Amino acid sequence: MSQVVTVGISDLNAVKAPDVLVTYALGSCVGICLYDPSMKIAGLSHIMLPSSVQMSADKSQAMKFADTAIEILVHRMEKMGAHIFRMKAKIAGGAQMFSGVNNSSLANIGQRNVIAVKQELLRLHIPIIAEDTGKNYGRTLYFGADDGSMRIKSVNRGEWVW
Amino acid sequence: MAFRDLTDLNDMHLDVLKEIGNIGSGNAASALSAMLSKPINIEVPKINILDYNTVVDSLGGPENLLVSLLFTMTDDVKGMMIFLLQKDFAHMLLNTLLGCELESFNDVGEMELSALKEVGNIMAASYVNAISTLADLRMNISVPDICIDMAGSILSVPAIHFANISDKIIFINDEFNADGQSASSQVLMIPDMESLEKIMKNLGLDL
Repeated sequence: MSQVVTVGISDLNAVKAPDVLVTYALGSCVGICLYDPSMKIAGLSHIMLPSSVQMSADKSQAMKFADTAIEILVHRMEKMGAHIFRMKAKIAGGAQMFSGVNNSSLANIGQRNVIAVKQELLRLHIPIIAEDTGKNYGRTLYFGADDGSMRIKSVNRGEWVW
Repeated sequence: MAFRDLTDLNDMHLDVLKEIGNIGSGNAASALSAMLSKPINIEVPKINILDYNTVVDSLGGPENLLVSLLFTMTDDVKGMMIFLLQKDFAHMLLNTLLGCELESFNDVGEMELSALKEVGNIMAASYVNAISTLADLRMNISVPDICIDMAGSILSVPAIHFANISDKIIFINDEFNADGQSASSQVLMIPDMESLEKIMKNLGLDL
């Protein structure tokens, strides 16, 4: 039997096959899926903000930010036997939920999250092999450790497998 | 002393917020009644200070479809206000206001969006008026921005915006009754802490 493990907002987790990770209703947040295909280990991080730079050195907050969370996830997966040089990434989210927001810090936060995630993955030399980001709707993300597939569900716009 | 976040509010402050919520909800019910030209009864609103995860749960879970209207508050009181309508309530409003039978939210047109915005505008103004009159502060709200999507995705917007300040928000739950049908709507008030202090000070409360 496979278990479904929920990852909350500014949270992360990693599982082995045949388990499945899920994070519900990504809005402007970004979900980062990392997969080691030979060990069948899957990790998922749900970040809210691009950068921890302006934040206090509060360690409990590290899973909130693109520039700190992904590395924690990599370490978590390595402890389970995965290797960073085999990892591939799939990312989703970073939508702009309210189109007409004239407040600039809100207007492009999704986009800034996506950019920060890509920079961090580049720094860690983890290639991005699939991406479903931007646009203006929420996404629920399922990530299976069996085959590393990322399934995206939306309310009115259908469902995709990446 | 200044407020760091909403957990610094004492019982007295909470009572003030509850009263504001009561008056606002009362105003909103009258406005709604006038719009729909039918009598509307309202239950005593429930007002709580909740963290985002609890809010999402009490909205029917992260994947529950909601109609949301986002307002930016400016002038003396700054921050954000979000008005949420459950699907059934939004259907009922549209059907009554536009006299049409909406099948699903897949095919919401400009007309429907505009009607929902107008309802949101009037409802939001009810709360703004309550605060502004009680606390004698100038307040202004922006034109609403609409989003029909999952509760969790909608809530991520204020969560992100206020992540540096607080993970708590003021949650007002209203139950309206019309024609024997009940419908619920929620108002999320997210004033910045300085504005909240102004409200309390103007009402003669110590921080």
